[in-house]
Amino acid sequence: MIIASKKPIEEIIQEVKDYKRLLILGCNECVTVCEAGGKKEVEVLASALRMHFIKAGKEKKIDERTLERQCDHEYLEEIRDVIDQYDAVLSLACGVGVQFTAEKYHSTPLLPGVNTCFLGANEQRGLWTERCQACGSCVLARTGGICPISRCAKRVMNGPCGGSGRGKCEINKELDCAWQLIIDRLRDLGRLDDYEIVAPIKDWSTERAGGPRKVVREDVQV
Amino acid sequence: MRLKCPANFRIIRLPCTGKIDVIHILRAFEKGADGVYVVGCMEGDCHFKSGNFRARKRVEQAAKILDKIGVGGERVKMYNLSSGEGPLFAQYSIEMDKKIRELGPNPVKVALQAKKNAA
Amino acid sequence: MSLRTLDELKASGELRTSSKLEKIFKMGHLAVTSECGPPRGSDPKAVTEKAEMIKNHVDAINTTDNQTAVTRMSSLAACIHLKQMGLEPVLQMVTRDRNRIALQSDILGAASFNINNMLCLSGDHQSFGDCKQGQNVHDLDSMQLIQTVRRMRDEGKFLGGDDIKRPPDIFVGAAANPFADPFEIRVPRLAKKIACGAEFIQTQCIYNLDKFEEWMRRVRERGLHEKVFIMAGMTPMKSAGMAKYMKNRVPGMDVPDEVIARLSGVPKEKQAQEGIDMCVEAIQRLKEVEGISGFHIMAIEWEEKVPEIVERSGLYPRPQI
Repeated sequence: MIIASKKPIEEIIQEVKDYKRLLILGCNECVTVCEAGGKKEVEVLASALRMHFIKAGKEKKIDERTLERQCDHEYLEEIRDVIDQYDAVLSLACGVGVQFTAEKYHSTPLLPGVNTCFLGANEQRGLWTERCQACGSCVLARTGGICPISRCAKRVMNGPCGGSGRGKCEINKELDCAWQLIIDRLRDLGRLDDYEIVAPIKDWSTERAGGPRKVVREDVQV
Repeated sequence: MRLKCPANFRIIRLPCTGKIDVIHILRAFEKGADGVYVVGCMEGDCHFKSGNFRARKRVEQAAKILDKIGVGGERVKMYNLSSGEGPLFAQYSIEMDKKIRELGPNPVKVALQAKKNAA
Repeated sequence: MSLRTLDELKASGELRTSSKLEKIFKMGHLAVTSECGPPRGSDPKAVTEKAEMIKNHVDAINTTDNQTAVTRMSSLAACIHLKQMGLEPVLQMVTRDRNRIALQSDILGAASFNINNMLCLSGDHQSFGDCKQGQNVHDLDSMQLIQTVRRMRDEGKFLGGDDIKRPPDIFVGAAANPFADPFEIRVPRLAKKIACGAEFIQTQCIYNLDKFEEWMRRVRERGLHEKVFIMAGMTPMKSAGMAKYMKNRVPGMDVPDEVIARLSGVPKEKQAQEGIDMCVEAIQRLKEVEGISGFHIMAIEWEEKVPEIVERSGLYPRPQI
């Protein structure tokens, strides 16, 4: 899922301070699971902002709403009848949700309430780690199911580099060396000989390098 | 046991302190409370294993937010005691009462009242 | 390998490039290289003065490419300065800072100055350097860079498939770290670099000689020493403090406790000389190891000591070509 982290409340206060009527808009998907922008976080942020502005003597209307998804027309339509009541929307969705809401409600300023971080997994409560960079051309079949693009600091396709020590990465002793993990897994799978197959030069055009991407599925379009 | 407690606090009973959330604490302040303290079982003695540890974390989160919005994180506190410690319960309430009196009233409440008076 | 004359070598048809380094190896000499770290400024003297100190004692000089990710004069520019002094440069190129367009372009640029050696590296992560907030590129990795140069040279083709007019004439090297983990793939990794087209190898600084010899044994077991020229990397220790720093702070470095103990065992003012002695002793030991084709002496900001090390190791005079 998409992992996000809450923006510091000081930063949000600066962002919203000039808007009198504010809607804080949560999202029920990824940001709920990573506890950055779901209904709970909307409630807490709204309460904190209300108190802050009351204390500062500023009159503000701060409302709360959480949609099933902000990356879908269908759910975004649910606020069409109320959107005009607000001077701005503070979206706690990922960058996708913020933008999609902005596209839909062109005349309402949209502010991000979270920092969208990466595609990752819920490793344990309160710990999310990156697993994928959406390169658009998956190599996991060749790397023992461990991604060198998202998990190696240098994206080395034929690793490990000379900085791998005791199973850890040169940039941080707490970070596993992706290539150590790959080799360990290949060994466990009885496929260590595959290590010597040289990974070809990667076509990065399916990644960010190729410009904004699009998936078109005519078979499901109606 | 007749113990002397300050009369100005309201007890909200929970099945376990683990049930408390940050929003409950913040709402209390939004509604004008001057302080909130959470009294849980002794650490390690939670019937639901980790309820009081969760509560502590949430109290800490609430304190951080209250600091950032200028209400003051010292207004919330987590205490732990066992069910047989009535005198300690009383002592904590006295301690909290004293501390909040030193801090003065919740600035949000003050601002709201000032607005009401002006209207 | 028994020594051959240049004429014999030329007649054998084994030469692939105009590189002097290639000739030294293939004539059967133990080659000696060293390096010049380009300066953090634009004064060419920082390169040329270092080169002056070592030029009679080495066959070729590497120019590092923004080593430890600290911004410096470009390695290509430093190579050109060396070339203009009539010396033999080895262009180090990392994949951290340039995409495949820039890499190929710089390879052609180097070739246009008749720079005939190159060392393909991935480069230290930018978090070690002075631009921690910068992006890294890693469009290719070091193995793919080796493939790229070989393809440009041997097939006369760009990665995109177009023909190159006057392809680069470059002898291609790579690095190997026998001490990084996991140890079991260190030799397979060398094999992979050779399969990609590496013709010579410069290793990480060697302090753990036993482990290095074990690595060489495994290299020989697979016959890899016959497919590539392996240069043992040597860096003299200036002090016990440096040894400790290298052990604890430099990624991929294996400094045994005995090394630190020996340096600590002599008074501070004599530690530098002890470090040089240890380096010379190590070279003398490794000269006897089958499959070692030369030494790469990285005397970091201590270039003036290279002549002493080379002479005392019995590697002087250098063959004239």
